[in-house]
Amino acid sequence: MSFNLNTTFSQLENFGHSLRAPSYRIAIKRTEDIYDAFQLAKKLGLTVAARGTGISYNDASLNGGGIVLDMQGMNQIEEWDPASGVIRCESGVTLEQLWQRVEPDGWWPPVVSGTMKTTLGGCLGANIHGKNNFQVGPIGEHVVEFTAMLPTGALVTCTPKKNADLFYAMISGLGMLGVFTSITLKMKRIYSGLISVDAWHVTNLRDHLNDLREHAPTHDYIVGWLDAFAGRKNLGRGQIHGARQLNEGEDPNPEKTMRLPFQHLPDRFFGVLSKSKLHYFMNPMMNNFGMRFVNMGRYALSLRHHTFRQSHAAFHFLLDYAPEWERSFGRGGLIQYQSFLPKETAEDAWRELLQLSQRRGLPSYLGVTKRHRPDKFLLTHSVDGFSLALDFKVTDSNRRRLSAMLQEFDRIALDAGGRFYFAKNSETTAESARRFLGDAAIAKFKKLKKRCDPNGALESDLYRRIFGKTQ
Amino acid sequence: MSDSPIPASPTPLNPRRRGIVLGASDGLGAALARQLSAEGFSLALIARRADKLNALCQEINSQDGQAWAYAHNVSDYDAVPALLRKIVADLGGLDLVIYVASVNLPPGGLDKYNFENDKQMIEVNLIGAMAWLTPIAEMFQSAKAGQIVGISSVAGDRGRVGNPGYNTSKAGLTTYLEALRNRLTRHGVNVLTVKPGFMKTEMLKAAAGPTPFAIEPDVAANHIVKAMKKRKQVIYTAPIWRWIMLAIQHTPSFVFRKLSF
Repeated sequence: MSFNLNTTFSQLENFGHSLRAPSYRIAIKRTEDIYDAFQLAKKLGLTVAARGTGISYNDASLNGGGIVLDMQGMNQIEEWDPASGVIRCESGVTLEQLWQRVEPDGWWPPVVSGTMKTTLGGCLGANIHGKNNFQVGPIGEHVVEFTAMLPTGALVTCTPKKNADLFYAMISGLGMLGVFTSITLKMKRIYSGLISVDAWHVTNLRDHLNDLREHAPTHDYIVGWLDAFAGRKNLGRGQIHGARQLNEGEDPNPEKTMRLPFQHLPDRFFGVLSKSKLHYFMNPMMNNFGMRFVNMGRYALSLRHHTFRQSHAAFHFLLDYAPEWERSFGRGGLIQYQSFLPKETAEDAWRELLQLSQRRGLPSYLGVTKRHRPDKFLLTHSVDGFSLALDFKVTDSNRRRLSAMLQEFDRIALDAGGRFYFAKNSETTAESARRFLGDAAIAKFKKLKKRCDPNGALESDLYRRIFGKTQ
Repeated sequence: MSDSPIPASPTPLNPRRRGIVLGASDGLGAALARQLSAEGFSLALIARRADKLNALCQEINSQDGQAWAYAHNVSDYDAVPALLRKIVADLGGLDLVIYVASVNLPPGGLDKYNFENDKQMIEVNLIGAMAWLTPIAEMFQSAKAGQIVGISSVAGDRGRVGNPGYNTSKAGLTTYLEALRNRLTRHGVNVLTVKPGFMKTEMLKAAAGPTPFAIEPDVAANHIVKAMKKRKQVIYTAPIWRWIMLAIQHTPSFVFRKLSF
């Protein structure tokens, strides 16, 4: 590989545009390119991190001053078997490519994120979950097999049986043990392109969590929206969406609803306002005053209970409804703080979190809740309980206060037995991570790291933040 | 070689920008390093003399800053690519470079000529800048982001009797920076040319004649940091030099030839 590294220098960002990490971006097209990049990095004494579409909320795919492998070019679907629902893809394939390939044949990805722009490599590295986490676990539980290149140049193939320790560590391993090259997943059968959604409101935090728990067993997917501005007896109010896949025969015309044009997300709101321009209109409202009313209005609309059918894409990919909506958060960007709490402690801890944010005048502009169950991946974020994701706007004037508040959030959540998600939280410290991962898991991860990556070639800003420099 | 602080990972709520200061051991370079550190920059400080550099790093790191010291002679051109690579990795990126390194070696009288001195001034003041700013300009152009600050001098605005080599080195630097600006502005990169007049540094002690409007390096550094924030193109410091140099630049040659400064 002889080229001028200077001309690969790129200003890479996180999803929320709240971090900038100048680094050398090398486009990867084939597995051999990864090997060449590792050799180059070794020669120059640089570290390497893999990056898909770069839409983690935090620094998971950033490696300031080092090499970043742009995996988007490894985007071939290698094999698809519509009879068994097993698909083999290169790691740069996005969820968008995936569902668009399998849906017309009557399948759907078993686990998807709120955006379809994520790559499979990133999905495995973070071990993403969906609104069905309580039913089907994270994406890792649906991986049949994967192949990854280690920094030594060796290719390893892992299944839940073969190289099981690596299987359960590389999935959730933040891309720090090797670079995924090929991923085989089992899809889920669907009998319609539509999904049946129940929507109802909840008036306080206790009901909110109770409903998530009680209605989970009768739904395939469940997700709550939480008005983080509401205080006192309304604290935790919001709306729950529970969704159920249609059984065979419920949709009279599944061929039609499973066709791609049917799943298309509209380009305009109310047929008028172009969605890619939405952020210009949202921006002036993105302050405590404006968002209080937006949340209030949304709650008022949620008072009408209803059941409706919508397309899978429309139900799952809420974040893709308005492209670049994150731009409406302005120059400082946004961060998300998501905590996962056991069902026994969640209510009290989140009451404390929400009250604290209101007292400090730093309310979240968007709160989202989900129901979870534990899994056995090494760096897991999941619990038998719930998660609450809170979006915060970052400005030059609130950074310091927000940082102090999130440190208190960490303390409250950890004291309640909470965990954090490495694709979301940007401020988790090494100490916080140690508290929820436990020394044993960290030691095991570091041991595997030593085995797979003896020279510490793989590093991201996230890795350095949580595990410190290896070199 | 490098006195490393424990690097704090940048996060959205604790963002860090990263800068290189070439010629940081004393005077204006050191003053800039202190002020940029207070502005939240992680810094790579470069100078020939390791002792002064290490002391400055320790001072900055003891005040919650992040600075790494690299002893390097800017006329050691071949060492630049590898050192730059290492610095960018240590800093976790690069957003800013300030070229302060400069020598002023007057020939020692209006009837004296000294090629060795002239050569050294060109090597440090001009070619050293080109050796560093060439790869950095290439990187910033690629990233479509970044800021380059070059400390030139009022001495580059006109060729004068006192120190032809110094005038030439600074005129060259000014022109080089202007050319970079014209290349890079369209890529979102800011290039700031700073033209200081007299400054109360060691260099001033070497000056033979009168030194009007001399300012403290801290004052100049403050002025430069403000101009950086506004992404200015060219500044004189102290600002009065803009008007003085305007007059000097427009002095006709038949008059200029008869002047003794």
